[in-house]
Amino acid sequence: MSSLLQTIEVNKQFGGLSAVTALNMDVQPGEIVGLIGPNGAGKTTSFNLITGVYKPTSGKVMFDGKDITGMKPHAITHLGVARTFQNIRLFKEMSVLENVLVAQHMRMGTNLLEATLRLPSYMKKERHVHERARALLDEVGLSAHEGNKATSLPYGKQRRLEIARALATEPKLLFLDEPAAGMNPQESVELMDFILKIRDQFKLTIVLIEHHMQVVMGVCKRMYVLDYGVTIAHGTPEEIQKNPKVIEAYLGVE
Amino acid sequence: MNTLQKKPMSRDAMLTLGAAVIGLVLLFVFDSTFDRFTMQIFKLCAINIILALSLNLINGFTGLFSLGHAGFMAVGAYTCALLAMTPDQKATNFVLQPIAPWLLDLHLPFLPALLVSGLIAGFIGWFLGVVALRLRDDYLAIATLGFSEIIRVVLTNTQSITNGSLGLKGIPRYTTMWWAWGSAVVITLFLVLLIKSSYGRAFKSIRDNEIAAESMGVDVFGMKVLSFTISSFLAGIAGGLLAHYLTTIDPKQFIFLKTFDILLIVVLGGVGSITGSIVAAIVVTISMEALRFLDGPLNLGFMVTNGVPGLRMVFFSALLMVVVIFRQQGLMGTSEFSWDSLSRIGLLPKRGPKSGKGGE
Repeated sequence: MSSLLQTIEVNKQFGGLSAVTALNMDVQPGEIVGLIGPNGAGKTTSFNLITGVYKPTSGKVMFDGKDITGMKPHAITHLGVARTFQNIRLFKEMSVLENVLVAQHMRMGTNLLEATLRLPSYMKKERHVHERARALLDEVGLSAHEGNKATSLPYGKQRRLEIARALATEPKLLFLDEPAAGMNPQESVELMDFILKIRDQFKLTIVLIEHHMQVVMGVCKRMYVLDYGVTIAHGTPEEIQKNPKVIEAYLGVE
Repeated sequence: MNTLQKKPMSRDAMLTLGAAVIGLVLLFVFDSTFDRFTMQIFKLCAINIILALSLNLINGFTGLFSLGHAGFMAVGAYTCALLAMTPDQKATNFVLQPIAPWLLDLHLPFLPALLVSGLIAGFIGWFLGVVALRLRDDYLAIATLGFSEIIRVVLTNTQSITNGSLGLKGIPRYTTMWWAWGSAVVITLFLVLLIKSSYGRAFKSIRDNEIAAESMGVDVFGMKVLSFTISSFLAGIAGGLLAHYLTTIDPKQFIFLKTFDILLIVVLGGVGSITGSIVAAIVVTISMEALRFLDGPLNLGFMVTNGVPGLRMVFFSALLMVVVIFRQQGLMGTSEFSWDSLSRIGLLPKRGPKSGKGGE
């Protein structure tokens, strides 16, 4: 089977600091892959490199058979890559519904004239994106809040809104950056079920960064472990748990 | 907040229609009753509304701190004046150096001249946008401020095209009340529809979080350029109206302080509120005249001051400081007028199920 995402020897240097060294990830369609590592290991930087926020210093990123290295984030999103952010980045002055509507702007294929004159063709698209946005909000249990400001939501719901917004871009590949951050054990279990559910429902491939080991081990079939930007291990959860290098990175060595 | 209109003629639609009719009648009444001086101020209100709205589109809705508005106004004003003046009028203006021959016979009626001035200002805005919108925040502000000064300096030194620092005099007084307010209403409607559309949402998403907007598939750079171009186009239109309102223009009118006058209106009204900009434009324009007594000798009860020219500007500076300290969101924040908001504060009876939004 051909890979959905492949990173080939991707490097990123910030001045003299190598944030990511020789990242070689390979993600098959339908997989849920974990990316773990201690703080500052380069996990979010890896996400940023793949989604176009940063340009790799060297190496190649292939998505769905296309070379997406150095492409602009919005163009990459257009190809079917969506993400959430570790430090929540919602559109704070906009309503919950509008947050999800924005994410559909690029798929609407409208033009300025049509949109400002409210031509019937535009109104049809507008109705369609409203329906879809409401369906997505229903999916993540935020229907009751659609008119509220995004930042008025409690933390956990803001995280779910970020996922709904990412899903609205109609992705094939979804990156979740610490989806369980700040959640209690009960919420984390719910999140695991939710991740599996959206994977099946939207036919997604998911890559997630997570510190919450219970969540990672629970949903990921495979994972990559980074430390100081270097991939130190790669394999199934069982293999990773036994890997001495991983234990050393997390717990230190005597 | 539902931005889609519901089918049956709702209470809001009727209220909007009613308000539009009353507005139109008021304009007729004002047109026939106002004396010349009051009328001038009334027209200036409309021009300032257009300027404030266009600046608010970039500063308030797209979140780009731009200070180049005076430059785009100047481009619009000169273009419109030079196109709409007759060859005779132009020839009498250019005393130091004759006008460029190609420009002398270029003569258009007012409406096409106004549109061309918008288009040229919009084109320059597009060009500046493509170059300068790689910058952010204060850097963008400095770049646009510098650009507007460049335009002014160019206007001062292209003697055979703009008549240099002598400026243009005797521009026909085409900006009637109907032209000024007609343009203001059309532009307001256009901006309301734009902001409510998918494009408006994309603009606001850039203001709220640029990185997230880009990751959600919004072409951030393209959208910024679009917003900047539309804003410059509208500033050009306002400049054209202003030229035919003042009948005399010269480069000194378009120094960067002019941008700050408009910025004052935008900040007082609320950065990101169309309603706020409209209300503030009217209030500020009228107060600029009403407070003229501050410039003259003042009787404070215990003493009489000599006239201090410019004292009324001190009032506006103080007002701006008060707003920035105590109410940063300005008059309206990012909220807009709607009939619903009137019922909330009790000016209209409350009603049952929620329906579409109305009003300007």
